[in-house]
This record gives sequence, structure tokens and C-alpha cells, in this order.
Amino acid sequence: MISLENVSKKFGTGVFAISDVSFSVEKGEFVFLIGPTGSGKTTIFRLLIREMLPSQGKVVVNSWDVVKLPGRKIPELRKKIGVIFQDLKLLNDRTILENTTLPLEVVGTKKKDAIAQAMEILNQVGILEHKDKFPVQLSGGELQRAAIARALILSPDILLADEPTGNLDDVTSWEIVKLLSDINEKGTTVVMATHNHEIIKKLNKRVIELNKGEMVNDKKGHKSSAKQNSEEKKEEKKTNSAKPDTVQNLAKQNSDDEEKVENNNDKEVKTDDFEEALK
Amino acid sequence: MKSIGTTWRNIRRSPYQAVAAIFVMMLTFLAFSIFALIIFGSTRIVDYFESKPQVTAFFRDEAKPADIEDLGNSLKESGLISEVKFISKEEALRIYKEQNKDDPLLLDLVTAEILPASLEIATYKIEDLALVSDTLKKSTIVQEVVFQKDVVSTLSSWTNALRKIGLAVVVILSMASIFIMVTIIGIKISQKKSDIETMRLIGAGSWYIRWPFILEGVFYGLIGALLGWLISIGALFYVTPYLSSFLKGIPVLPISPVFLLELLAVETVVAIILGAFSSYLAVLRYLK
Repeated sequence: MISLENVSKKFGTGVFAISDVSFSVEKGEFVFLIGPTGSGKTTIFRLLIREMLPSQGKVVVNSWDVVKLPGRKIPELRKKIGVIFQDLKLLNDRTILENTTLPLEVVGTKKKDAIAQAMEILNQVGILEHKDKFPVQLSGGELQRAAIARALILSPDILLADEPTGNLDDVTSWEIVKLLSDINEKGTTVVMATHNHEIIKKLNKRVIELNKGEMVNDKKGHKSSAKQNSEEKKEEKKTNSAKPDTVQNLAKQNSDDEEKVENNNDKEVKTDDFEEALK
Repeated sequence: MKSIGTTWRNIRRSPYQAVAAIFVMMLTFLAFSIFALIIFGSTRIVDYFESKPQVTAFFRDEAKPADIEDLGNSLKESGLISEVKFISKEEALRIYKEQNKDDPLLLDLVTAEILPASLEIATYKIEDLALVSDTLKKSTIVQEVVFQKDVVSTLSSWTNALRKIGLAVVVILSMASIFIMVTIIGIKISQKKSDIETMRLIGAGSWYIRWPFILEGVFYGLIGALLGWLISIGALFYVTPYLSSFLKGIPVLPISPVFLLELLAVETVVAIILGAFSSYLAVLRYLK
């Protein structure tokens, strides 16, 4: 689904944003991309949507060779990839509903159908009541949800989330992560850039770590793909008469983890926040 | 339809820029309309004079009708003349009264005695006019020869000059409009740079982004053309009574509504081309 082979990106200043990075992401996988600021996470996203070209190496998305992709095909590539940008990139002079319908407008969906689809997705992300508000009227978490709604409206095969929990409180962060996790459950490949180690630890997904533009670690998680999760679910269903959905899985996992965290009051508070969010 | 919606939103959200663009377009098309009307009118005047007898000989008061008739006959015998029309003093007075019936002041002091009798002479070929004119001037009973060819050529040169001046003014104003429109659309594109970037990143194609700006240019052009046309037509109706008395007997006014509608149609097409071209230049310049 996504593959980077020996990809490097050197800027005009001579600085390497990423250097010789190689990894691949399978369909339906959930991958965390971590690393300190300036480690090259955003650069990888920008390469995946052909916002920039690598200095060397091969980038493949959905069997498209992104580097060799002709200019007229770029919009087609971008329609297949939902992106939650770090700065959200919501249009301030459009309402949340208009922002959400924008990708549908771009593909030429009829206005009536576009509105119906946008309403549905806004309902899913929980901000339907804010549909007629402008971005400046919304809180950080609500804006993040709006950005997620817009990224998902075209039912993309891949969702790239660039630090979607940055600047959000723990409860809201967990809500956003839960949302992304649910999306992944439905089969969308999710690549999420984050600094939040709490979230990484709780979700236990595959983690690709970058440092100063180099890939330093690629750690497989216990539940790195939607497929694995659904298999686990089936197992769980067999043993549990209750019907644990993703939220409950996350809650269960969270409470398991909570037991492991001893003598760490701060983390306990965050876990409590998470449970509260799940309620 | 979506592009039209976006275009309208862009216009509404920056009204001052929209007014500036419409204003400059209006000036261009006002000049276009005014010069079109002047050229149309002057061409009609030239046509009128060309269709009239080309030489008029005014006789001295002492000229006898028999002498005038002899002169007329001798000209006819030359075989160069297509028509000779004698206008007596009385008939000249009748024509004068008819032309100035609305202005009693001009009628009061004029009698048949002070108006000269005349011969209006038309030739088959325009080049024979000079010969006829020379013959008439040699006659002792002729006081003055008005050579219509001079009038026509003077009018023609005026019309040609007007045509050139009009064309130059319209071209200069069109260039100014294009530059101003490129600047205005360019400012709009710069203002929406981040929005455009976002649209591109979510998969919008080049034309999805370009169309609203191009339609905006077309809109400014169309509104400017319509306003310019309406103002010029208003001005034309306002000056029609004055011009009618000035152009007595010359069938120029009122100008046919068909011509006015044709003018509007031409201006509409030019406005679309001008608006689209300017905004396309801006799009190429600022949407790289």
C-alpha cells in the first residue's frame, strides 16, 4: 500500500530532511510515526502526497510510483489519501459543513448528495451541531474532528494524520485517537505522526521511529492492523458473552495497562481521562 | 455551477476590489460605446453628403432666370451631368423655413431676396466634379461654388481621424483594464494562497482552482460593458434633441435600436474575451 525505498530528501540549504528511509505499510495497518520535531515525519507525509519530490529513492502509494507520477495524475493520488494536516488547513471563510464538502465538490459530487454525506460524517466525528459554524468558532478538539471529517469524506484508502493530538488535552487526544482507531478498524490504512508516548503505549501498534531524518527503529505492535484486531475481536467474542467493540477493546487494554503503571500518578490521571473520554 | 458559486463568494467578500475592476471596465466600454456611436454617426453623415448633388452653384442676385437656364442646358449638353436641379429664391426660402420652423428668431429677418438662387448639379463620375466646378466658376452670373467633394473629403478625413483616435483610446483603455484586472485578480489569488494550497492538497485539479478566478474576470468585464453601454445610451438620448437641430435634414438620428443592440452584443463578446484573458494572465502569473 505504502512503500519507501531508500528515500532521501535534501533541501536547498544542504540539510537532509530524511536520509535513506525505507519501510512499507500494508493495507489496513495502523502505524505510528514518531520522532522529535524536525526528525522528518511531516516530510514523509509530504512525499506521500507528492507535495514534494524526494532527492533520491522510490515512493510508492497504492501501486502508483509517486515520483514518476505525471502532474495531471497528482489530484487523483491525493483524492485517495486523506490527510489530517498538522495545521489542519481548514478554510476559515467556509463553515464546517462547507469545509467537509470541499473534497466532494472537487470530485464533482452533487451538492445535495455532498451535504448528506458530510452530515453523516460530521455526525460520526461528533460535531454535527457545529456544522454551520466557522473554524474560528470551534475549539481545538472540534477543529481536529472537522479536519478528520474532511480527510475521511472521500473514503480514502489511506489516512495520514500529522500530529492530530498536538496541543490537545489528554481527554480530547484520546477521543481523536479512538476515532482514528475506529477508522482503521473499518479497513483504512492509518499512518499517524505523534509525540504522544502515552497513546503509542496504550494502542500498542507498529511504531516507526525517526531521528534527525534517519529511521532508527521499526517496532511491530501486538495489534498493528485492522485485520489482526478483527481476528482478536472474534476470539474475544467467543470467550466473552458481552459484545466488546473497539471502544471497549481500547478501554480494556487501557485498564490492563493501567495496572502495569505503578507509582506513577501522572500517568494514572491520563488513563482516567481516557476512560472518561471513552464513556 | 460550483465555480459560479465560488466566484460569487469571492466577489462578495472583497467588494472594493470588485467595484474597482467594474469601474475600470466600465470606462473602457464607455469609451468604446461613445466612439462607436460617433463613428457610426459620422459615417452616416458622409454617406448622406456623398448621395447628394456634389456641386452647388449660388447665383448673383442680378442673374436672370434665362441665363441660369442656359448655363444649366450647356452643362447638360456636356454629357457629364446626371441631374441638374434649379432652386429659385422662393424655393430656397421655403427650404430655409422648413429647416428652421422651430426657431422663429431665425425666420424673422429672412426673406426670399437675401437668399440666392442655386443649381444643384450631380455628375455620373465623381472625377468630373472638378471640371463642372471650374466651368461654373468661370460664369459671370455665379457668385459661389460649393464643391460637396470638399465637404465629403473633409468629413471623411474627420471620420478617419476619429476612427483612429477611437481605436487608440479603446486600445489604451483596454490595456489599462487588462493590467488593472491582472493586478486585482492577482491580489485575490495572493489573499487565497493558503486556501488554494489546501484545495490542491486535497486533490483539486488546476482548472477547479482556476475557473472561479476566470469567471470573476468575465463577470467584471460583462458588468463593466453593460454599465458603459447604458451610460453611453443614456447620454445619446440626452443629447439627441440638440444634435437633431444641429444635423437638420441629415438622417442620422434617432440611431436605430438594432444598431444599439448590435453594439451591446459586440461589447459583450469583447468583455468576455477581455475579462477572461486578463484573469487567465493573472492565473498564469500567480497560480504557478
